[in-house]
Amino acid sequence: MKVIFQLIIKRIGLSIITLLIVSAVVFFIANLLPGDAAQEMLGQSATPEAVAELREAYGLNDPPMLRYAKWLGGLLSGDAGTSLANARPVSELISSRLSQSLMLAGFTALLAVPFAMVLGIVAAMYSGSRIDKAMNIFTLSMVAVPEFLLATIFVLIFAVELNWLPSLSYIPADAGVYDYFRAFAMPVATLCIVLSAQMARMTRAAVLEQLSQPYVEMALLKGSPLSRAVLRHALPNAVGPIVNAVALSLSYLLGGVVIVEVIFNYPGVASLMVDAVTNRDMPLLQACAMLFCTGYLILVLIADISAIVANPKLRTGG
Amino acid sequence: MTNKLLQAAAMQKVAEQHSGSRRALLKSLGAAGLVTAASGLALPAHVLAQMSNEQPPAKPRYGGRIRVATNSMSTKDTLDPAKASLSTDYVRIYMVYSGLTQFNRELGADPALAETFESEDQQNWQVTLRSGVTFHDGKSLTPQDVVYSLLRHKDPAVTSRAAPIAAQFKEVVVTGPMSLRITLHAPNADLPVMLASSNFCIVADGTTDFSQTANGTGPYRLKEFSAGVRTVGEKNPNFWKPGKPYLDEIELVGIADESSRVNALLSGDIQMALAINPRSTKRVRRSGTADIMQTESSLYTNLIMRQDAYPTNNPDFVLAVKYMMNRELIQRALFRGYATIANDHPVAPSHKYFNHELPQRPYDIDRAKYHLKKAGLTGARVPVFASPAAEGSVDMAALLQLSGIEAGMHFGINRVPADGYWSNHWMKHPLGFGNINPRVSLDELFSLFYKSDAPWNESGWNNPQFDQLLAAARGEGDEAKRKQMYWDMQELISEQCGTSIPVFMNLIDGHDKRIKGNFPIPTGGLMGYSFAEYVWLDA
Repeated sequence: MKVIFQLIIKRIGLSIITLLIVSAVVFFIANLLPGDAAQEMLGQSATPEAVAELREAYGLNDPPMLRYAKWLGGLLSGDAGTSLANARPVSELISSRLSQSLMLAGFTALLAVPFAMVLGIVAAMYSGSRIDKAMNIFTLSMVAVPEFLLATIFVLIFAVELNWLPSLSYIPADAGVYDYFRAFAMPVATLCIVLSAQMARMTRAAVLEQLSQPYVEMALLKGSPLSRAVLRHALPNAVGPIVNAVALSLSYLLGGVVIVEVIFNYPGVASLMVDAVTNRDMPLLQACAMLFCTGYLILVLIADISAIVANPKLRTGG
Repeated sequence: MTNKLLQAAAMQKVAEQHSGSRRALLKSLGAAGLVTAASGLALPAHVLAQMSNEQPPAKPRYGGRIRVATNSMSTKDTLDPAKASLSTDYVRIYMVYSGLTQFNRELGADPALAETFESEDQQNWQVTLRSGVTFHDGKSLTPQDVVYSLLRHKDPAVTSRAAPIAAQFKEVVVTGPMSLRITLHAPNADLPVMLASSNFCIVADGTTDFSQTANGTGPYRLKEFSAGVRTVGEKNPNFWKPGKPYLDEIELVGIADESSRVNALLSGDIQMALAINPRSTKRVRRSGTADIMQTESSLYTNLIMRQDAYPTNNPDFVLAVKYMMNRELIQRALFRGYATIANDHPVAPSHKYFNHELPQRPYDIDRAKYHLKKAGLTGARVPVFASPAAEGSVDMAALLQLSGIEAGMHFGINRVPADGYWSNHWMKHPLGFGNINPRVSLDELFSLFYKSDAPWNESGWNNPQFDQLLAAARGEGDEAKRKQMYWDMQELISEQCGTSIPVFMNLIDGHDKRIKGNFPIPTGGLMGYSFAEYVWLDA
C-alpha cells in the first residue's frame, strides 16, 4: 500500500507542475488571439480613443509577464479574476454553469459506462458471431458520425416530427423528475451513443486479448462456463486498460460537449468558454481552460491509479 | 418650418396618405399613434390593413406566456441601455424600458414618454413628458430622469454605444415640472428619430448598477436575468399605454445555431424566432404551425474599395466593379428573393428620402470591360477579403470572381474567419466587405459611414461637396430642399464613392401562427426588436 501512496503523491506533484505549464501556455496563447476585449466590447463601433480608454480601464496595457503574474497569483489565492465582458466574478459565472455541465456529464457517464461495458463484453464473448459483427458495425458507424449530425437527426425525429421531446434543454425552476428526463433525454442519448461506441470497442479489445490467454483456456477446460471464465478470470485482468479507456472517453465530456450544448442550447461551461473566446474575455477563458485541464488530469490520474491497483506487478512496485 | 412631430391633428389626416406626401403621412401617423394609444391600438385598423397584407387585427386576447429566441446571447448580455449592442440586448431593453420616442413602421418617430417634441430651429428642442408614467419600482417619471439618461452617454466611464450621437448634445436641462430642453451643438432635424433607438431608453435618475436589476417604464418588468442564458419579463400592469401589454410573461433566450432555432420553432419550444435563413423559409411555411414575417430593411453587405490603396483608388476601377455586380443573381441565388435590389448607395427604396429618379445601375460586363481598360487594369489580379462575419460576402465574392473573369480580370478570394473580423480585417484591405445595420436617420448613416472624417468611412472616401450637403441638410427645415439634398448625396455615393451595395437584405423572422398583432418595423427583426408591447397570443 505504501508504494501506491508514494505513487499517488508523485502523480499529484507532476499534475501540479503540468498545471503550471498549462497556465503559462494558456495565458500566452490566449493573448496571441488577434484583437482584445476592448475591441470586441466596442465591436464595429470601436474608435481608437474609445479602445485606448477601455484598455486602460481593464489593465490591458500592462506587459504580458506582469499580467500573467497577477493572474497566477490571484488564481493561487482562489481568485480567478473578474470577467471583462460583464464585470462579474469569473468564479460566480463558472459555478452557475459548472453544476449544469457536471449534471449532463454525470447522467451521460452513468448510462454510457455500463452500456458500453455490457456491449463490449458480450461482443468479446461471442467474437466472430453475428452479435459481434452487428456491434462492430454499430460502434464503427457511431464513432464516425459526428455528434452534431446525430443530435440534429434526433431533434428532427423526436422534437419536430413526433413532438415527444423538447428541442431545447431547459430545466424549469420547479422541475420534477419528468422534466429532467425530457430535458436530458436527447443530449444524453447523443453523448451516450458517441461515447459508448468508443468505450465498447476498447472494452471488447481488452477482454478479447485476455480471452486468448492460456489461463482462460485452462479455466474453460476445467469446465468453467464461458460467462464465469470471462467475468471472474478475464475481466479483472482487463480492468486496467478498460478504466483507462473510460477515463479518457469521459474527459471528452468536459470540453467536447460544446456542439451538443450549442444544438440543445444547454447552458454549460463549454458554451461559456466559447463566449469567452468571442468576447476576448481572457480571465474567463483562462479559468475555463484551467478547469478543463484540471478535470482532465484528475481523470487521467484515476485511470493510472486504477491500472496500478489492478496490476499486481505495478502494485508491488516490482 | 416648425418641425412638430405631434400635432393635435385629427384622425382624418390619415386619409391624406393616398394623395399627400410621405411626410404628411408620417405626421398623421404620429398623431394617430397618440390618439389611438388610449384605445389600445397602435394604428387605425384600415391603416394596418392597407399597409401590409395582413388581415385587420382581431380583438387582442390577454394572457399567455411565450418564449422568444434571438440569434445571439452571451455573458456580454446587458441590462444597461447604453451598452446594448446586439439583437438580444435591443429586445431586452425594449421589453423593460421605454424611450422618449419610438419607431413606427414608416421609420418615423411616434411620441412615447415624450408627449410633444418640438423645435423651431432644429437645434433647441422642447420636450414635454407624458404625465402619470411610473417606473417599475413605483417612482414617477420626472424630467430629471430624462436628463440623467441622456447625459450619461457622454460619460466615458459608461462606455456607451451611443456616445458619438450623444456628443451632439450641448445641454439637456429641466425647464418645468414635466418639461425639458435639449440643446444641440448644431441643428439636427433627425433628433426625435435618433432618440427612439434602444440606447436612448430612459432609466431612473442616478442608476449606476445594471448588473442584475433594470428599473424602466417599459411593458414588462424584469423577473429573471441570467446573462447568456435567459431573460424573463412579467407583465407591467402600470404600463403607460393603457390596455397594453397583452402577454403575462415573455422569456427571451438566445439560440445561436440557426437550424436549432428553426427546429425549436417548429417543435413549439419557442413561439418567435429572430433571423431565419432564406433557406429555411420553405420548411417553416410547410409546417402548418409556424409562419414567417419579412421586414424590408436597409441592412446591407457592401464591397469596400479603399480610396487610399492601389488599384481601388482608380475611379474607373470602382465603376468597373460596380458594373460587375450581378444584383439580380445575388438577390435570387444568395437570398432566394428575400432581398431588395440596391443602387450602390445605402438608402433603401422604402425610405422616404429614397432617390427614385436615379437610374438603376445594371449588370453590364461590356461597360465593366470599358472602365477596366480605361483604368489600365485589364488582366489584373486583385485579392478580395470576405468573411462569414459580413453576411453573404463569401458568396458575393465568388459571383464577383465569375464576373471578373468575363470582364478580363481576376479576383483572388481570401476567406477569413468571422471571429475578430471587425477589428482585424474590416476597412484594412484595398478590397473587402462590410456589413452595415439599418440606421433610421440618414444623417446618422451618412455621418458615421460616408462623411470624409467619419470614424467608419469604409472606403476612405473624401468628397467635400458631400460633406457640405450633409451639414446643410442637417439644419434644413424646408422639407423639399432637405429631400433634394439627400437625393444629391445618394447620387454622389452611387457615382463616386468606393462602395458597392448590391442588395438590401430582408429580415426574416419566424413565429408561431397563434402570435398575433405583429407587423414589420424596418429598424430590425421582431418588429424593430420591440414586439414585446404589441404581440398577443391567440388561443
